Amino acid sequence: MTSSTSSPPAESAGLQLKGITKTFGSFVANDAIDLDVRPGEIHCLLGENGAGKSTLMNVLYGLYQPDGGQIVIDGTPRQFADPKQAMAAGIGMVHQHFMLVEVFSVAENLILGREPGLVVDMKTARATVRELSARYGLPVDPDAVIEDLPVGIQQRVEILKALANDAKYLIFDEPTAVLTPQEIDELMVVMQNLRDEGRGIVFITHKLREVRAIADRITVLRRGRVVGQAEPGTSEQELARLMVGRAVDLSVDKEHAAPGAVRLEVSGLTVANAAGAVVVDGIDFEVSGGEILCIAGVQGNGQSELADALLGNAAVLSGRIELDGVDISHATPRQTIVAGMGFVPEDRQHDGFIGSFTIAENLVLNRYDRPPFASGLSLDLRAIDRNAVALRDEFDIRTPDVRNLGSSLSGGNAQKAVLARELSRDLSVLVASQPTRGVDVGAIEFLHKRIVAERDRGTAVLLVSTELEEVEALADRVLVMYRGTVVGIVAPDTPRDVLGMMMAGVPYDEAVALVRDAEQGEGE
Amino acid sequence: MMAETLRTSRVREWARSRWRDWVITLAAFVLALIVGAILMIAADPAVSSNFAYLFTAPGLALGAAWTKVSTAYAALLNGAIGSPEALAATTAAAAPLICAGLAVGLAFRAGLFNIGAQGQAIVASMAAAYVGFAWSLPPVVHLVVAVAAGLIVGGVWGGLVGWLKARTGAHEVIVTIMMNYLAAGLLAWTLTTTAFQRPGRADPISPEVPDSAAFPQLWGQLHLGFFVALAAAVAVGWLLERSTVGFAIRAVGANPSAAGTAGMNVGTTTIVTMTIAGALAGLAGVQAALGPSVNGVPVPLTEGLVGTVGFDAITVALLGRSRPLGIVLAGLLFGGLSAGGLAMQSVAQTPLTLTLVLQALVVLFVAAPQLVATLVPFLKARKTRVSLTGVDA
Repeated sequence: MTSSTSSPPAESAGLQLKGITKTFGSFVANDAIDLDVRPGEIHCLLGENGAGKSTLMNVLYGLYQPDGGQIVIDGTPRQFADPKQAMAAGIGMVHQHFMLVEVFSVAENLILGREPGLVVDMKTARATVRELSARYGLPVDPDAVIEDLPVGIQQRVEILKALANDAKYLIFDEPTAVLTPQEIDELMVVMQNLRDEGRGIVFITHKLREVRAIADRITVLRRGRVVGQAEPGTSEQELARLMVGRAVDLSVDKEHAAPGAVRLEVSGLTVANAAGAVVVDGIDFEVSGGEILCIAGVQGNGQSELADALLGNAAVLSGRIELDGVDISHATPRQTIVAGMGFVPEDRQHDGFIGSFTIAENLVLNRYDRPPFASGLSLDLRAIDRNAVALRDEFDIRTPDVRNLGSSLSGGNAQKAVLARELSRDLSVLVASQPTRGVDVGAIEFLHKRIVAERDRGTAVLLVSTELEEVEALADRVLVMYRGTVVGIVAPDTPRDVLGMMMAGVPYDEAVALVRDAEQGEGE
Repeated sequence: MMAETLRTSRVREWARSRWRDWVITLAAFVLALIVGAILMIAADPAVSSNFAYLFTAPGLALGAAWTKVSTAYAALLNGAIGSPEALAATTAAAAPLICAGLAVGLAFRAGLFNIGAQGQAIVASMAAAYVGFAWSLPPVVHLVVAVAAGLIVGGVWGGLVGWLKARTGAHEVIVTIMMNYLAAGLLAWTLTTTAFQRPGRADPISPEVPDSAAFPQLWGQLHLGFFVALAAAVAVGWLLERSTVGFAIRAVGANPSAAGTAGMNVGTTTIVTMTIAGALAGLAGVQAALGPSVNGVPVPLTEGLVGTVGFDAITVALLGRSRPLGIVLAGLLFGGLSAGGLAMQSVAQTPLTLTLVLQALVVLFVAAPQLVATLVPFLKARKTRVSLTGVDA
């Protein structure tokens, strides 16, 4: 460390964080963290939500000032007062929540903040987009408006922005949380290309499979500290143990389903989205009590709208939804909730949780007006508190006080709270969309167990998931959706290749035949 | 024991979050007084002319300025809280501000910007005054019926906005502004009709409201209406924090899509909120229409009766952070400013409009907490630096 300024550049090339400490009040988010990233490697930063990954990267990116420690880039100690200085030093960041102006085009976003003068040179901007797109295999239309683009493409624009600054070190903050399986594979290829070009990449994630697939080195954070380094070959169990601090059971223990009577019956259901387009097109299925039916499919094939329609939050054009034999096709959300529908929305922050409400209030969000929480118009605050304390203990929601604001919970704990709210009612049907998206491993294990337990209580569970691991782990039957229709309903042990083809719209029999042909072709 | 720790930590949390609000509000008030003082000096030719000799005779300039400012502010303070009579005048001025402030604050909590308190107050004052002068009822009943008429008409006027928003998505800001014009025009027109115009008068003025329908005078200018306003604040506090209706109002205000997913009806909540808000603003109009006689002369309905209470209410609600207790205190502050402003005018010959400038400055500094938050540590840092150098020397 004493010779860091005088050592030869070849040895000091790279990005080093030395003893970075960052506190918020009495909370130590980063406790003397050391991390180094060399050019031409992918360094995975692994840790649960709240472990301090994002804080560390925000320090590196100039968004936070560290309380202690040093940032050294290629042998020179640096200090960043703001992201502009970090960018100038060759650091680029692909944010988890994209920092794009939604109504601007791709090219306009690219030059945002870098306009040289009063005149905006759109021609050059477009050319830059095309050039970078071609160079890194990231095809994007420079004139497309951001809000019209799918999430995966929006992320490409974020990456292009960083590359336009010629960032030598790129931080990817949980880039896969919002992507479909196919988009994740594409992103992996892009990251590998960038590495092979000699850029240093920090890949922040808590998904173990991705780490094993792509990492050159792994650093694990827990509660603000580096708890270990791991080799890329480390097993998922071992990584999970490092991350959570205890052994984690990644498989879901579940008995064979013992389906009872049909509790949710959907026939000929056709649903339009807000724009009036038909997005669910005459689908039929039924879910029995005591079984989990997974809806698998690539994001945007009508699953979200199907879930909304079941709750009563979407325009049902035709068809019928029956809950325990009662027609709820045109019921309001309130009516379906009272009838025994549990609902875990896909977008927790937007639809499931009110950040400015207390945790206790969030835990009664859909039954605050019924006994025991209210009598007449009057709320029983004690009952609301008691309920919250009981659910906090039962569902292991980590918070010092249930009267803290909902926004103080980490993603995993917020999701536990949403599930706790739903499961604490007597349910006939549970509709859960992406229940573990953006949730850390320890919490996923817990959430999966609770969902299976709810099934075993005789509830019909409909689970919408774009993650195949989750589908395989939880489903008793798998319904594959493609463009608003049912491609088929198959067993959960159906090979991934077949499921993948079905997700692209190929019927089961054809998919099986195609996969068999391909295998035979390989065999010969 | 669990419950006990829960409660203490809640109190501490509450105190922590409010403390900052209090400091910023107080700092905003002090800053407003300072800027007001500068304006006063600049606006008074006799005082400001002395500043030409600031360097040759600093005592003269600063002395004259100090006399001017201290006299004015002493008169302001005196007129607001200096005597029991002054306090009573302050409560009378504060009562309608509190009611209308609640109307704006409640709507804020539901995510609605109710600019229409003015119109809601106007139509309510018309209804209350009409029941007051046109109907003949026994004393207590007369007052109750007149107040109820005002609340209902104000509630309908506000609820209409909520209904339009829930049904068609019409933005409440636009609709309430237009409803304000409608209300003002309606009042101007009705005052020329035989039903409303005082017999034998050519100008737009209504008959007097008899004492049977007026709020009983208690002491000085203090009348029952002030306690009605306080009761309304308590009711709104209960509604927001302790009732199921308030839970839905706050939920819809904080995150309408989560509220909708949880089964709350966003449209209905909007209508309910605007109806209650309209009734509260209506209560402000009722206070104006049914106030007790001033110097023995009952106050009739005229075009300017409610003044600008609906717009002042926005500043009161902002200053009070849309919380009932805050709105009561803000209403009292502004009531005091307007009562004291009259005294300031007569004692220090300061224009009455200066109190309006002071009010506006307070709100400006409150609405820009970032500005105050930046200014306060700056002043503090300067002070520490000065004292440090003093120690060094």
